Amino acid sequence: MDNIFFLAFRRMRQPLLLLLLTHAFATLGLTLIPGQDGVGNTWYMDFFHAFYFVSFMSTTIGFGEIPYEFTDAQRLWVIFSLYASVVVWFYAIGNLLSLVQDRSFRQALTERKFARRIRHQQQPFYIICGYGETGSALVRSLTDRHQSVVTIDTKQERIDALELENLRQYVPALCADARRPRHLIEAGLKHPLCKGVVALTNVNKVNLKIAITSKLLHPDIKVICRADSHDIEANMRSFGTNYIINPFDTFALHLATALQAPGLYVLQEWLAGSRQQQLKEPVYPPKSGHWIVCGYGRFGRAVYHRLKDEGIEPVVVEARPGLTGVPDGLYIEGRGTEAITLEEAGIRKAVGLVAGTDDDANNLSIIMTARELSSDLFVVARQSNLDNEQIFDAADADIVMHPSSIIADKIRVLLGTPLLHDFMGLAMYEEEEWTCSLVKKIALSLNTQLPAVWELKIDQNSALAVSNSLARGRVVSLSDLLRDPSNREHELECIPLLINRHGTSMMLPAPTTNIKQDDRLLFCGKINAADRMRWTLQNYHALDYVLTGETKPQGWVWKLLKRRKARVER
Amino acid sequence: MNPEKVVFGFFIVLALTLNFGFFVGEMDNPDHHHVYELFAVVVVNLIATILKFGDRTQMGAVLLATSLVAVLQLLAAVIVWAAAVHISGSGLTPAVTASIVSLSGGAMLANVVSVVLLVIETVMLRR
Repeated sequence: MDNIFFLAFRRMRQPLLLLLLTHAFATLGLTLIPGQDGVGNTWYMDFFHAFYFVSFMSTTIGFGEIPYEFTDAQRLWVIFSLYASVVVWFYAIGNLLSLVQDRSFRQALTERKFARRIRHQQQPFYIICGYGETGSALVRSLTDRHQSVVTIDTKQERIDALELENLRQYVPALCADARRPRHLIEAGLKHPLCKGVVALTNVNKVNLKIAITSKLLHPDIKVICRADSHDIEANMRSFGTNYIINPFDTFALHLATALQAPGLYVLQEWLAGSRQQQLKEPVYPPKSGHWIVCGYGRFGRAVYHRLKDEGIEPVVVEARPGLTGVPDGLYIEGRGTEAITLEEAGIRKAVGLVAGTDDDANNLSIIMTARELSSDLFVVARQSNLDNEQIFDAADADIVMHPSSIIADKIRVLLGTPLLHDFMGLAMYEEEEWTCSLVKKIALSLNTQLPAVWELKIDQNSALAVSNSLARGRVVSLSDLLRDPSNREHELECIPLLINRHGTSMMLPAPTTNIKQDDRLLFCGKINAADRMRWTLQNYHALDYVLTGETKPQGWVWKLLKRRKARVER
Repeated sequence: MNPEKVVFGFFIVLALTLNFGFFVGEMDNPDHHHVYELFAVVVVNLIATILKFGDRTQMGAVLLATSLVAVLQLLAAVIVWAAAVHISGSGLTPAVTASIVSLSGGAMLANVVSVVLLVIETVMLRR
C-alpha cells in the first residue's frame, strides 16, 4: 500500500540529486569569485547571500544583483549557473507533474482509496465481479433493498456508468482485474463483514478463478457463479461453489414454468420479482398447439428443448442455421422479421410465438409482423437491453423476459432471502390449485402492491425478546407474532410462508404453530408489517402486550407502586 | 559488485569524514572550523539522503532515518551560523561557535550510526 510513496521517491531521486548538485555548485562558485563592494574594495560573497541569490535565480524570480553590483567575472559565472539551474529546476518540476499524471500512479492512488473505504465498511456487503447487464441489474436490485455492494469490473466505462446510475446506496467500484487475488482482497474478500462473492463476468475462466480464490481465502462465504457450459459447472461444483447459474438454462426454466404452471410463475414474479412493478394478472399460455421459436442460439436451443419436454413440437426459425446448428424437428431458414418466413413457419395456425433472437429490434419486428398476420397469438419476447423497456411495454407482449433481470433476481433471492429459494423449490412440487389459492390470498391482502419478502431467525440478534422468553419457558405461537403490537386485536398484513426448523421446512405454517429457538421464518406482506413485527420480536414490553394484552409497568418505581397496590387490594 | 552500493557507501563515508573534519579542533575557536567545510558536509549529507529515497528494505529505511537526522542537525547549525553572522550581527563569538560545532557533532553521531549500519549490512550479506 505504501508503494505509491516509494514510487514517487524513486522517481524523484534523480531530479532531486541534479537540483542539489547544480545549486551547490553555483553557490560554491559565487563564494569563490572575488567581487567589489560599493567603494571598490575586493569583497567575497558569503554562503548566506550566495544561497539566497541562487535560490531566486534558479526559480527565475530574479531580484537583481545583491548586495553590491556584480563584477564581470561574477556575471560570467552567473550566466553559466543560470542556464544550468533553470533547466534542472524545470526538469524536476516536470518530472513531478508527469508522475502525478502517470497512469500507474493514479491507478495506485484509486486502489488505495478504494481499499481504505472497504476496510472501514460497517455493514455486511457482497462483492460483485462484472458490472455488465446482469451485474447492473443485480446491483440495482440489491441496493433497492438496502444491501451494501462492492463491484469490480475490468472496463473503466462501466465503472463510470455505475457512478452515473442513480442508486439508493453508494457502491464502491474498482476498475481492476478480478482474476488477481490482490484486487479481490482490496474489495474486501477477507473482511469479516463480507457475506458473499458473485462472479458474473461473461468469461467462464474468470468466474472460475474468482470462485476458487474466494473459496480458498474466505471459506465460509457464499460464492455464486455464472457458467455457460456444463463442463465448467462441474468444475465449479467440485470445490464447493454454493450456487452456479447458467443463464440459458435459467431462462428456459423460467419460460417452462410460465407455460406449465402459470400460478407458480405469477407467485415467483410477485415474491422474487423487482419491487417497482405492479401486481400483474396471471397469464395462461396455450399448452398445446403450434408454436414458433425464432432464434436458435443458446437461448433458443434451451427454450426449444424445454418446449419439447412439455410435449410441444415447435417450429424453429433461424437466420444462420450453419452457425447455430439445427434442431431435430422442423426448421425454417430466415430471420422471422419478414412475413414470408413466418407464413412458411405456419403463423396462421400458430397459438404461440417466442421472439428469442439476441437482437431487440429484430424481436420487436418479429412480434409486430406476427401480430399483423395472426391477431390472437400468445407472444413471449426476449429483451436483451434494459434501455428498451418502454418499447417492449408498448409492443404489449404477453410475457417479456429480460434474461439479465431474471438472473439478477435469482441471485438476489439467494443472497438476501435464501429461505425464499427453498420455498420456491418446494412450491414446484405442489399442485396448481395450491399455488392459485396462495396467489389469491396474497392478492387479497395486498391489493395492487407487490409484496415485500423478509426472513428472520429467532435468536439473540434479530429477536431478542422472543428468544429470551422462549429460554424462560414461555410459549410463543406464530399467531402472536402476527398481532399488531400497537393493537393486538388487529392482524398484521402479512402471510407466513415457511418455517425452517433445524433444516426441515414447513410450508405455509398454521397460526397455531409454536415458535422454537433458532427457527427461521419467511414472511411476505406489506413492508410496514415487517417493521411492526420487529417491535414484537425485540421489545419485551411489546411482546408482553401481544401475549397477554396488558401493559406492564416499565420502570422500577412504577413496579414498586403496582406491587403495593396489589397488596393493599388484597 | 553493485555500483549502487559503491556510490552510496562512498557518500555515507564521505559525509562522516567531512563531518569529522569540521568537528575536530577547539570547540569555541572559529578559526578551527571553516565555513566551506560545513557547506561540503551539508551538500554531501543531502546527496546521501536523496540516494536512499525509494529503498524498500528495512536497512534502507533505517539509513534514510539516520541521514535525515544528520541533515536536520546540520541545517540547524547552518541557520545558527547565518543568524549569528548576518542577522544579529554578533559574529562568530565563542558561544555561537560552540553551539554550531556541537550541532555538527550530533550530526556526526548520526553519520557514525549510518556507517556502522552500512558495515553490518556488508558483513551480513557477503555477496
